[in-house]
Amino acid sequence: MKREQWGSRAGFILAAVGSAIGLGNIWRFPYMAYENGGGAFFIPYLFAMLTAGIPFMIMEFGMGHKYRGSAPRVFAQLGKKYEWLGWFQVSIAAVIAVYYVAVIGWAISYFSMSFTQSWGADTNGYFFGEYLKLGDNNSPSQLGSVQWQIAIPMAIAWAITFAAIFGGIKSGIERASKIMMPLLFLMVIALIARMIFLPGALDGLNYLFQPDFSKIADPKVWSAAYGQIFFTLSVGFAIMLAYSSYLPEKSDINNNAFMTVLINCGFSIIAGILIFSILGNMAHEQAKPLTEVVSSGVGLAFITIPAAINLLPAPYILGPVFFFALVIAGLSSHISIIEAVTSAFIDKLKWSRKMAASIVCGVGFIVSLSFATNGGLLLLDLVDYFINNIALLASCIVELFIMGWLIKLTAIHKHVNNISEFSVGHWFKICLRFLSPVFLIVILGTNIMTTLTKGYGGYGQSDLIILGWGLIAAMLILAVVINKASSTVIAVNKPIKEV
Amino acid sequence: MTTGAIIMMVLGLGLTWGGAALCIRKAMQKQKSRE
Repeated sequence: MKREQWGSRAGFILAAVGSAIGLGNIWRFPYMAYENGGGAFFIPYLFAMLTAGIPFMIMEFGMGHKYRGSAPRVFAQLGKKYEWLGWFQVSIAAVIAVYYVAVIGWAISYFSMSFTQSWGADTNGYFFGEYLKLGDNNSPSQLGSVQWQIAIPMAIAWAITFAAIFGGIKSGIERASKIMMPLLFLMVIALIARMIFLPGALDGLNYLFQPDFSKIADPKVWSAAYGQIFFTLSVGFAIMLAYSSYLPEKSDINNNAFMTVLINCGFSIIAGILIFSILGNMAHEQAKPLTEVVSSGVGLAFITIPAAINLLPAPYILGPVFFFALVIAGLSSHISIIEAVTSAFIDKLKWSRKMAASIVCGVGFIVSLSFATNGGLLLLDLVDYFINNIALLASCIVELFIMGWLIKLTAIHKHVNNISEFSVGHWFKICLRFLSPVFLIVILGTNIMTTLTKGYGGYGQSDLIILGWGLIAAMLILAVVINKASSTVIAVNKPIKEV
Repeated sequence: MTTGAIIMMVLGLGLTWGGAALCIRKAMQKQKSRE
């Protein structure tokens, strides 16, 4: 069976950028920058982009393109004993997909509410009490019942993702990306164009960009910058391997990787401008210092921003545009996450795309209902912490170790340089063999130590052990079992030979 | 906005979007040369 292919280079770039640009660009990056030296954070951030983000992206594009497969197939072709890493990465993608869609569901709900701002004046009380219906007795293991006001918009998100995956690479994912990404950029630019002229907006930007160069000497700021780069680029969990496996034989890998990373990081800065101009206006309207209104993550998107929208002129226009942008950013990433899982099943079990999409999305929807419960937010928070801060970083380290030290990274280096318009020098290998692993090991080591000694989020030890460490262990065991059970070498699509 | 903040904003936007624009230009030139 001939492997599907992207219809155009622009289609691939938009899909890869759509995957990398997600909710984190909007709600995580601006706060990270603000907290870690403001404008001075850009120095370690851009350094991390050049030394970790771009080389990692080139490597993953090169691997996917050379070995023509989803993550398990790519690693199986590198060495049969490495297939487990591919399945581990696919399981990371699967877990992220089932909780990420809950947040997209919340964003869809808030999009519909934003026309009338029906969340009211007490946005905190509304989000936790009336919308999520989070009770005092709920915990990650005491979920309560399914909340249909969350489950129904979540089903809508699943339906859109399913349509894109079911349609295939060219007619589904590429077409969706060509609509979604320009729309997302237009909406964010339009929002900035309005917000920037509101009173207090420039003060907000000043908080974001005012450099505090003393922070550059702090190793934690460098760790934060590297961590942000690894989180934002969708590397290390099967997505970019799958996407690049659909590239035509003659593809400019290096330039594609540069474009994807640069556009993603550029979008993060633009999102920072949007968020801090909104926060600046909010602080001005409430006559508070910005430090009192600034937040990140779920709190920023569903508590602070709705409160800020209440204070905006024409909130019935700006509110829906903001939440629609959030939905689009989330959906484009969710589609790529599900494609990473679907393509693995297509490759491994020889399922048709339609069958694989139906099963993956169907099972995914059922599992994701656990995040649409009263305690769904708590479960999401706990699982997200362990997946992002432990499993994903560990996956990146193992991938770099295998590629940099066990297998010749030179083969990928040669491959990408042979087919690309411009070559990357030896810095590519130095960054991937030394610099990136060192930072990743420091960040992962710190995360593991902190979690072991201090726990996380005040959750009970049993929840941490079962739903955190236990989940990662289960994913690892499952990956190893599949690897052991694989008796046939997967080589339907032969790797591309050196030119 | 302070001068320092403006410089850092321009630096961040310039490096990312400027770099992306250069890459896109290169890709478009390649496309044209093929046609």
